[in-house]
Amino acid sequence: MTENRDREQVLRSSGVDVLKCMRCGKCSGTCPSYDEMEYHPHQFVYMVEKGEIDKLMASPSIYKCLSCFACVERCPRGVEPAKLVEAVRAMVIRKQGQNHLKPDQIPALLDEDLPQQAIVTALRKYNRGN
Amino acid sequence: MTLSYYPGCTLKTKAKDLDIYARRSAEALGITLAELPDWQCCGGAFSMAVDEIANKLSSVRALAKAKELGQDLVTMCSACHNVIKQANDAMAHDKDFSRNANNYMALDEPYYGETKVLHYLEVLRDVVGFEELAKKVVKPLTGKKVAAYYGCLLLRPGKVMQMDNPENPRIMEDFIRALGGEPVLYPYRNECCGGYVTLEDKALAGKKSSQVMDSAREMGAELIITACPLCLYNLTKNAARPEVPVVYFTELLAEALGVKE
Repeated sequence: MTENRDREQVLRSSGVDVLKCMRCGKCSGTCPSYDEMEYHPHQFVYMVEKGEIDKLMASPSIYKCLSCFACVERCPRGVEPAKLVEAVRAMVIRKQGQNHLKPDQIPALLDEDLPQQAIVTALRKYNRGN
Repeated sequence: MTLSYYPGCTLKTKAKDLDIYARRSAEALGITLAELPDWQCCGGAFSMAVDEIANKLSSVRALAKAKELGQDLVTMCSACHNVIKQANDAMAHDKDFSRNANNYMALDEPYYGETKVLHYLEVLRDVVGFEELAKKVVKPLTGKKVAAYYGCLLLRPGKVMQMDNPENPRIMEDFIRALGGEPVLYPYRNECCGGYVTLEDKALAGKKSSQVMDSAREMGAELIITACPLCLYNLTKNAARPEVPVVYFTELLAEALGVKE
């Protein structure tokens, strides 16, 4: 039952129609983080379709998406897999205590040239909306 | 002509050059950039989840303010442009989102995506015109081989950004031509530099930015231009061989217009 509920939430939050996917693999072929991912963009699509949300939620792959929109732009059928990655990640970080980047960690990551843009973007991607 | 201007957080801190040269050049071209009052940080990335509301509101406030002022809204940083443009599209086309956002903000007049958002490059192309720009150049970049680095955020998603063809863009190359330079095409001009992942995975950021840097160098670039502070950082700090200098496109513009100093 939880599986079903999680699947529905990911579909609703992403707005993605996973059934449009023809498994061509173009999303994974164009993904700049492909080598770093346990589950690749095309796998997100069919794993969401099958309701395997818990595996995706537990995978470090959800923090590897660079939000570059390459898979969104280049999918021949407009499936837009990055939106699934985002929806799964949101389900994780919305839970209490699941922020992926703690503000306390940030000072050690700074150097004199690092743009603020990097910090605010990482916080938005890795932390609950705050 | 006066346009509302949204500089964004990084242009007030680490990317002051991007901002200063843009303002000076705009003035030289007869355009006044009026900084939007009380703007807030866009957050750097647009949340693709349609049920994320709160973190899109700073963009909506900026958009609604520009509407109130009756001006188009000019952006400069690629990330701000991407976030604000996508938020604007959501306000215009996602009824659930715009209802929630409008309910929350309780503006005097509800906002439904009326403001026109223009990146500074679009101001140069569509308001000034590249031909007119070329006439104002006093110090042309004659013979200089310049590679335009679009990165991801200026162009994608193409159906929302609508700046240019997302796979075969030309706006920055036309800009380089207008300044008298020679644009260099290279395969990685619209691939990702690694973005914010530099915070937790330097190796990945290094790999991605090296691909871009190496690709531009191999095609003979003497200079790379960008509109994005994070792209500039990754290419100069994380690429293995950062041998081609990277500057903001506005610096090149100010130089060509003779207003750099």
